[in-house]
Amino acid sequence: MRNFLPIFKKELASYFTSPIAYIVYCMFLIIVGYLFYSGISFFSILSFQSLNNPNLAQGLNVTEGVFRPLYLNMGVILLLMMPLLTMRLFAEEKKSGTIELLLTNPIRDVEVLLGKYAACMAVYLVMLLLTALFPAFTTLVGSPEAGPILSSYLGLLLLGASFIAIGTLVSSLTENQIIAAAVTFGILLLLWVISWSASFAGPTWGTLLLHLSATEHFQNFAKGVVDTQDVIYYLNLSVFCLFLTLRSLESKRWRG
Amino acid sequence: MIEVEGLTKYYGPSRAIENVTFSVNRGEVLGFLGPNGSGKTTTMRILTCFMPATRGSVRVAGHDVFRNPLEVKKNIGYLPENVPLYTDMTVRGFLNFFAEIKGVEKGTRKARIDEVMANCGVEDVGDKLISKLSKGYRQRVGLAQALLNNPPVLILDEPTTGLDPRQIIEIRELIRRLSGEKTVILCTHILPEVEMLCGRVLIINEGTVVAEDTPENLTTGLQRSHRIHLQVEGPAAEVAASLEEVPGVLRVKQSSPPSSGPHSYDLEVDKSDEARKALARMIVNRGWGLLEMRTIDLSLEDVFVKLVTTENGG
Ligand SMILES: Nc1ncnc2c1ncn2[C@@H]1O[C@H](COP(=O)(O)OP(=O)(O)OP(=O)(O)O)[C@@H](O)[C@H]1O
Ligand SMILES: [Mg+2]
Repeated sequence: MRNFLPIFKKELASYFTSPIAYIVYCMFLIIVGYLFYSGISFFSILSFQSLNNPNLAQGLNVTEGVFRPLYLNMGVILLLMMPLLTMRLFAEEKKSGTIELLLTNPIRDVEVLLGKYAACMAVYLVMLLLTALFPAFTTLVGSPEAGPILSSYLGLLLLGASFIAIGTLVSSLTENQIIAAAVTFGILLLLWVISWSASFAGPTWGTLLLHLSATEHFQNFAKGVVDTQDVIYYLNLSVFCLFLTLRSLESKRWRG
Repeated sequence: MIEVEGLTKYYGPSRAIENVTFSVNRGEVLGFLGPNGSGKTTTMRILTCFMPATRGSVRVAGHDVFRNPLEVKKNIGYLPENVPLYTDMTVRGFLNFFAEIKGVEKGTRKARIDEVMANCGVEDVGDKLISKLSKGYRQRVGLAQALLNNPPVLILDEPTTGLDPRQIIEIRELIRRLSGEKTVILCTHILPEVEMLCGRVLIINEGTVVAEDTPENLTTGLQRSHRIHLQVEGPAAEVAASLEEVPGVLRVKQSSPPSSGPHSYDLEVDKSDEARKALARMIVNRGWGLLEMRTIDLSLEDVFVKLVTTENGG
């Protein structure tokens, strides 16, 4: 693993020299900021109304009312943003031929893979940390509960880890970045909506679909419940995709 | 240093190389010649562990490329065809990245990078982005990358294409300086380059090795006959007729007649020296003036074209 660090540093630097990281940060924060603003505004209107209506006040809670929908929506926005971060990982190197230079140097495939994966995770982690400004800001004016917010972040971290693993796999299968982004988006969207047909798919298929769905597993985290089953789902998905990527790197070389 | 045996590679159903066998000794410079699409790059990619062969074995510095690729890669400096580089990095950043990967000690890294940059003539563009460099400079950066950990084996896939004549000479000088201390495989179409730099030439065509020898042996040994250029003062038709009668002369061709002065003839004679002696004697006996007689060596280019075209025809 001696070569993990140089790859990691190089990949991280190229996220910021090609301004893709800045652009994704910008778009993401603008959208999340807008959702936060409208959530807070709606919540404050409700709060004013509850001054005259004690029944309404009982169910009013800033964590439930603002942050839970916000984090659920962030999951959806990630569907759109993550392919932009992962598409270049291998596709770009294959297109430009630098993969030949890299892999003929004394380095293992697994070092390349983990270096790239970790760099993308780091970019994503910073993005998540930036969104922590919103709950931090809220503590100035209200008192959101720490538990569900922290568990939501854990959920988003795991969700992102699996999304990035999927994107890495797809990027290793093509040399066209647009194709990589489009296919990754398709797969993520499918994982998101796959549970919608669970209710009428019969008991066996229904459970299976629910289990496969990335949404269903995230619901618990947003509620403030950390279930090992959900953690294992995301970890499994990530490791499985990274393993396939490693295989794809090898088989690519078999076929030339 | 490098032993290649029975190397065969198929891309899906199509064959790129078949049963390629050769070896390169320590300190030798091997020219790897072949027309477009003959499988040079494919062979180099297998040697550098970029892709595995369908059949056959390769050992570099005693390590097998399939079993021990990491050790093989440590021993090879590779300049791929078309020189792919990370264009969003500066030259120094790029070299630093690969120095780290090649395991150049942290303490000596900076000194080593300065050294290869000076060797390859890129010291004055160190802080430039690679995307802003000209083709020639990119080539040099690629070469500098290959030299970073001072590997015993260098594999250069067409290192001088796209360079201006001055840069070509500089790169050749560099390769010449490195030869002797390093084992080099030089892939190229440029024949004078091979004649200049390589101790041995291997010609590959349509994926199979068609010749392997020193450039001198290839150009003389492969010829079944000598070509002789004659300039004789005398009646053209008569001279030509008499030349043909000399024993050992296989063919006479009169060069296009000059506007004035003596006529020239191109002869093909068998390899013995007797024919040449007889020719000189005959011309002198007849009282004609023998103004010039020289043997024409086949150039490597002729040999190359000959080998490659006969192969194509057959
Ligand atoms: N990735 C690939 N997939 C399928 N076929 C390939 C691939 N790379 C090369 N080939 C085929 O293999 C053969 C040998 O190609 P190679 O690139 O080794 O030739 P070359 O000798 O390097 O030619 P050039 O002088 O043009 O560089 C060619 O017929 C080529 O079409
Ligand atoms: Mg080639």
